[in-house]
Amino acid sequence: MEFNSKLLKELVTTYGPSGNETNICNYIKEQIKNYVDEITVDNLGNLIARKKGNGKKIMIAAHMDQIGLMITDIDENGFLRFTNIGGVSPFVSLNQHVIFENGVLGIIAMEPMDDISKLKLSNLFIDIGVKNKKEAESLVNIGDVCVYLPHYNENENTVFTSALDDRIGCYVAIETIKNIKNYKNDLYFVFTVQEEVGLRGAKTSAYKINPDICIALDVTGSGDTPKAKTFAVGLHKGTAIKVKDNSILTHPKLRNIMINVAKENNIAYQLEVLEYGGTDSGAVHLTREGVPSGVISIPTRYVHSTTEMVSKKDVLDSIKLLVKLLENDLDI
Amino acid sequence: MLLKKLTEASGVSGHEREVRNIIIDEIKDYVDDLKVDKLGNLIVFKKGKENPKKLMITAHMDEVGLMVIDIDDKGYIKFTTVGGIDKRILISKPVLIGDKKVPGVIGSKPMHLQKKEERDRAIEIDSLYIDIGVDSKEEALKFVNIGDYISFDSKYTEFGDNLIKAKALDNRVGCSLLIELIKEIEDVSFYGVFTVMEEIGLKGAGPAAYNVDPDICIVLEGTLCYDVPQIDTHLIPTRLNNGPAISLIDRTTIFNKTLREKIAEIARSNGIPYQYRKSSMGGNDSGKIHVTKEGSITATISVPCRNIHSPTSVMSKKDYENTLRLLKAILNEYKKGEFISGIQ
Amino acid sequence: MDTKEFLKKLCTGYSVSGHEYSIEETIKLGFKKYADNINVDKLGNIIIIKKGQNNISKLKIMIAAHMDEIGLIVKSIEKNGFIKFTNVGGIDPKTIIGQEVIVHGEKPLFGVVVSKPPHLQEASESEKVPKLEDLYIDLGYDSEKLKEYISVGDVITINREFKELKNDKVTGKSLDNKAGIAVMYESLKILNKTKHKADLYFVCTVQEEVGLRGACTSTYSINPDIGIAIDVGFGSTPELPKYETIDLGKGPGITIGGTIHPKLREKMVEVAKEYNIPFQYEVSPSSTGTDADVIQLTREGIPTLCLSIPLRYMHTSVEVVNIKDIENTAKLLAFFIASISENLEGLLCY
Repeated sequence: MEFNSKLLKELVTTYGPSGNETNICNYIKEQIKNYVDEITVDNLGNLIARKKGNGKKIMIAAHMDQIGLMITDIDENGFLRFTNIGGVSPFVSLNQHVIFENGVLGIIAMEPMDDISKLKLSNLFIDIGVKNKKEAESLVNIGDVCVYLPHYNENENTVFTSALDDRIGCYVAIETIKNIKNYKNDLYFVFTVQEEVGLRGAKTSAYKINPDICIALDVTGSGDTPKAKTFAVGLHKGTAIKVKDNSILTHPKLRNIMINVAKENNIAYQLEVLEYGGTDSGAVHLTREGVPSGVISIPTRYVHSTTEMVSKKDVLDSIKLLVKLLENDLDI
Repeated sequence: MLLKKLTEASGVSGHEREVRNIIIDEIKDYVDDLKVDKLGNLIVFKKGKENPKKLMITAHMDEVGLMVIDIDDKGYIKFTTVGGIDKRILISKPVLIGDKKVPGVIGSKPMHLQKKEERDRAIEIDSLYIDIGVDSKEEALKFVNIGDYISFDSKYTEFGDNLIKAKALDNRVGCSLLIELIKEIEDVSFYGVFTVMEEIGLKGAGPAAYNVDPDICIVLEGTLCYDVPQIDTHLIPTRLNNGPAISLIDRTTIFNKTLREKIAEIARSNGIPYQYRKSSMGGNDSGKIHVTKEGSITATISVPCRNIHSPTSVMSKKDYENTLRLLKAILNEYKKGEFISGIQ
Repeated sequence: MDTKEFLKKLCTGYSVSGHEYSIEETIKLGFKKYADNINVDKLGNIIIIKKGQNNISKLKIMIAAHMDEIGLIVKSIEKNGFIKFTNVGGIDPKTIIGQEVIVHGEKPLFGVVVSKPPHLQEASESEKVPKLEDLYIDLGYDSEKLKEYISVGDVITINREFKELKNDKVTGKSLDNKAGIAVMYESLKILNKTKHKADLYFVCTVQEEVGLRGACTSTYSINPDIGIAIDVGFGSTPELPKYETIDLGKGPGITIGGTIHPKLREKMVEVAKEYNIPFQYEVSPSSTGTDADVIQLTREGIPTLCLSIPLRYMHTSVEVVNIKDIENTAKLLAFFIASISENLEGLLCY
């Protein structure tokens, strides 16, 4: 399988912060509509695409929302103040470009500070290059959400851009939808909303679908950068099969199937013990009577920064694993 | 198994009887003279080929531990340490109290109820206590008395690739080596001394050395080993599986250069791996022995032990075997006589 | 089987959150004789069912005790037979120093948590508690060999014997909440000889220590009329304020607070008095920190109770409970269940 740079570039450059997923939802719908049997958008905005099959209901979840900044105030001179949507670091944000849904650009700057280590989001503001409040208000409203301006770049081995969390999961799902043939079960691919603010879309979509098994696709960290805290996951070492994070201990039998499928098909994999964070499976596995769940993670450096980085090979390995997994009976 | 028997016995400094009795049982048929001196040191003599320079080999029998100092109204037992113990290793461990070996546990405040600053701070020994399950002081006194010695409850366990976990490897490993030497070596005269109270200030060794009055002394020990990944190599005192550790210097002795070089040379010529003990911290019986009467020259040969002074000390059987080989080679050289000529 | 013997079996096994399946058989085997049916649900909760007599109105009581225990998990495999690890559930690093452990890999491996010897420490070091991330476990193999036996994600437990202390007390690891399972066991034995109306669902829940997860899904599926959580409570020790604890040997703690249905709790107290079972109160105004918290909020809401077995040194490997407390908790639970008749209206009405 070739690495589809065009698709990934379009995914990361399409606007879609938590709670404002319409654009990205429409984009994904266009990409997959000819490859699925049913496609719906539920009350919260989750995009649910079904590839009908007999057997168990398998939910595959990738969240399509991204972190962002919501405008809370516009001052006399047209400077914007903001709050975070999801996990936003003030240090990462400083001096970055942002873009609103309507294309308005801005940069994030800070008040003078004696001790920059005390920097908080409340010390930052967005300058959209206007003369006054009135002009600002003609471009931006309070409540509007902007995201880091995406710059898609790649080399032979890696991709670096913002919003890989979790458009790379969406990418894996889309490529799987397009390429999978001999699947054994009834597949529900869900592009969830509002993961970054508390796994909210996954919760309701799982209740609605009531799946037998769930596999989430999301980014994880990497422990291979200088002086990184010990974490046995790194780039170019294959897809990551999650053991735990703060939201889930993955179902041991499902996890073993994942490991065995990877081994049988010579797919490079790593086992992931993450000491923080959570993903959609965390919400799904506690739905109704419980849903055995697992996670395919894509090792990612600099998560939630303006330039996250993944390995193309790891991404392709993740797709391979997901395809082979869905071709398995998944008897647990 | 000898080392199992030795490490599972209780012998906190000042109360070495159980260990001493095991040793006496093991060696009594192999020695020409055996006595227990006024402090409790066990001194034996093996008669063989005479040598103008008197050789003494020692190992201390005692181990670090705890002692009962008070029993409160509810029957909880307050204790103090005997010997150098990192107070942080005490929490959440089982112990055995007194000669009856009454089981008890050292608990700790549930983390749920700890304040933020409590979580990061080590707990002082005076806020720890042992719970034996009784509900009053009167009841506790039926099983435990003030002054009772307390040892860790830790089973001898073999694991990994030839490793051993046990309590009191410092210095039952030395005792075990000396016992094996006494049993196996023939035709060489030497004194074997099992000392008491090393861990509380090298107390037994001085009087024992005064009694024996040796020219040369080899002290057998279990010594510190800390060789985890990601620490600077110059901070690693010894490494596991790198063979016996020959001491250079510690807080109590600058070891005789000629003797230790001789030992290293014997190791090399016999193809026995060895290492130098690269820390100047700690001290052992040599500190007293080498300055007793007119003085003697001493060397310390140790088996590296991770987690020394804890219930879960770890040593390598390979290191043990290599240490034993080295000791036998040394005695063989000593027997020849010329061993001595190089030493001023 | 004697309850103490059963408890010993439970504590000697291991069941770190998410990996409870390793004691599934032990539990099933123990309960089989006294149950009508035993199921294991999708997340691994063991549901032991005992039908009531003439239960026309299909009354259901769920009793939940979590079977998981806190533990450690392999984070990475380092050089020379060392591994790094992190916690599963609430682990106080103070309780990990110098422990011997078992890593549950392809084959169980013995190991030791390594720390710096006191001789090499700076003076200030001994006052600080090391972080888990700075500790290593020594497994004594070279790394290649090690990778054949274990992998990242294997769970680790403290190697600790179950032992008897004086005065009916026992000590070991994971008495939180194997003591709760023992209460259910003992109580089911009594209920085999006692009439009860309701269908009983004894649930050994999974993943309580990482966020009450098993109770969440099992309560949803059972949808009981009454839920009763059995867990351990902080036993009094010298360093703890009296108001935060319950005493060992003085019977179960009956929880009072927002999680607990007040009328049902009154009924529980009545039963205790009627049968002369010693009990104490345990006050938790908002959350109990037990399965009761999620049972209460399942579906349309479920009247919930919580009984606590007093336990000293919670979340260490030398937890202590009194067997008498387990027996009395079991009695109270059984007699309470036997006292519940068909008509809940009056009992549940505020």
